[in-house]
Order: sequence, then C-alpha cells, then structure tokens
Amino acid sequence: MIWQLDLLILTLVVICGIGAIMVRDLLGAAILFGAYSFMMCLLWAIMGAVDVAFTEASVGAGVSTVFFVSAVYHTTRRTKD
Amino acid sequence: MKILGLVIVALVGSVLIYATVDFPPFADPESPASLHVSPRYIEKSLDETAVPNVVTAVLADYRSFDTMFETTVIFAAGVACFLLLRIPRRRPPGPRHFRHRLTGLTFRVKDGENGKEIFLPLREFEPVDSVWTPHDFIIEKVCRYMIPFIQLFGLYVIAHGHHSPGGGFQGGVILGAAIILLSVSHNLRTALKRMREKTGALCSALGVFIFAGTGALCLALGYNYLDYRALAALLPGGPIMARSHGMLLVEIGVGVAVMGTMVWIFKNLASLGRYDEGL
Repeated sequence: MIWQLDLLILTLVVICGIGAIMVRDLLGAAILFGAYSFMMCLLWAIMGAVDVAFTEASVGAGVSTVFFVSAVYHTTRRTKD
Repeated sequence: MKILGLVIVALVGSVLIYATVDFPPFADPESPASLHVSPRYIEKSLDETAVPNVVTAVLADYRSFDTMFETTVIFAAGVACFLLLRIPRRRPPGPRHFRHRLTGLTFRVKDGENGKEIFLPLREFEPVDSVWTPHDFIIEKVCRYMIPFIQLFGLYVIAHGHHSPGGGFQGGVILGAAIILLSVSHNLRTALKRMREKTGALCSALGVFIFAGTGALCLALGYNYLDYRALAALLPGGPIMARSHGMLLVEIGVGVAVMGTMVWIFKNLASLGRYDEGL
C-alpha cells in the first residue's frame, strides 16, 4: 500500500462526494457520483478486496450511473434547492 | 430547518467517528474476526469445497442463505420499479417522428382526423424518439461490435468466479449492461427487440428460482437446505466437487436474476414505464 496514492484517492473521494451534493446540475451530480464510485473501487482494490472492487466498478460506477442519467433525462437538469 | 439538519448530521457523524476508535486497527491479527472466523475459511475452504477463491466459497456456500436473500432483494427491487413506473396506457396523443431508412430523412407525422393514428409502412420507415434522436453511424456500429465481447466477458466472469474475482453479481451486471448499451447506443426499441419486457421479468424470477431450487433439491436428497454435498448423487466427482458444482449452479442463478433485473429496471426508468421510447 502506497500511502501517497491512498491519500490522493481518499481526497478525490471526499471531493467527489461533496461535489455530488453541492453541484446544481443533476447530470453533473450523477457523473460525479460515478467518479466517486470509481475512486471507491480503486480504494477497495488497494486494500486487496478485489471482489468488492469488481462489484463497485460494475454496479456503482457502471449501471447505477446509467440509472441516474436515465432518471435525470426525464426531469429538469437544474435542482430547486 | 437546514441548520437543524446540519446539526443532526454533524452530531451523528461525530458519534460515528468516535465509535470507530473502538475498532481494531486495519489488518490487525488480534482482532476478533481474524482470530476465529477468517483462519477457518482460509485454511479449510480449499479442502472442503475445492474452490480456490475464498470469497466465492464464503458467499455461495458457507453463507449461501445471505446470498439467496440478496438475490431476492434484487428481484424485489425490480418488481418495485415495475409496480411504481409501469403504465399500461398507450402513448400520449401528439405528433410522432419517423425516419426513412434509405435516405435518413426524418418525418413528423401528426394524428389524422378524430385522433386516429396514421401508420407509415415500417419496412421503409422506422419510428424515432420525439425528444432527442441522435443517429450516429459510428457509435451504433462500434457498440454493436463491442456487445458480443462484453457478453462473453460477462459469461467468463460468472463461470470463472471460483478461481478469480467475479461471480454471479458482477457477471450478471455486465450481461445486463451489454443490453443497456444496446439501448443507449441505438434506441429502446432495438433493445426491446433483443430482450422483451417479459423476458427480463422472467429472467429475474427464474434466477431466484434456480437458487432456491438448488437448495430445495439438496433438501429433497436428504441433506440440509443449500448443503451442496447432496448433489454428489447427481453430479460426478464426489461430495467435495459437488460443493463446487453447486456453487456454479447458484452463481448462474444469481447471474440470470441480476441480468434480468438490471435490464428490467433500466427499461422502466428510461421509458417512464411506457416502453415506447427512451434513452
């Protein structure tokens, strides 16, 4: 485990997580959430949990992003609050 | 209200962070989980089940009840999306769009008198979505050639889950994502031609049935529920290999259920339950 890489990815996870909440554009939030999932996937892989990383990559970064995008597609892209 | 929410979030967060102090450190050999549970699986699982991937052995054999109900949860999620979103009504009245197959020209067709639908010959015209209709040759062809390889990889992930990372969940999601890619790159109707709504729903239920049926088969052969040693009476290779084969059966069930459910949920979400047009 390289701690510099770990720290970098952890920082990116936090930034993506906060960004997904703060951003006004719902499509952007969905994509940021996908990026968050991918960073989490990298973290799982670093920790040696390869099966969990695989699940996170396929479910979190892949299919759930598509679900979010297809849900945003049917609503307005701007949030009210 | 917002400030109250922030205060609650900060309080709960600080309590959670305070609680993590009691956790054993990362990879501590003295932690309770590493003392009894993990060594048992790491040392014995290869001898008992003939499966090198310990994670698969734990998920599909030792803790197969958990996995069975996880599959049921996924099935329930699919049913919930279906019940919430599916609209049996036909499409709302309004102009529709058709593309002439040979020239690529798009036509806007209004309803006839008394709201009667005008049908263009589908051999020459194809219906297109009214909101957003990209028709990109390169994307369609590239995705069309990628999809078989994605599906092959999904099957590999399911079948090879005993020896490498992977298994039913991941492979099923990859198989479902291939159909979703077809829908995103072409349109929903193309994906529906390949996998109808009923097929998705049926796969979803069939996967859970395969999983539960494997357990019931073990019960019928005189062993405990989901004790795959019972399958040695039906499959070659003795009771240890029977556990490995039983896991493969169960993983196939999980894969089929997850694939069906992912496609089912996506189609309901993308078309708002109308199944005519969507992402």
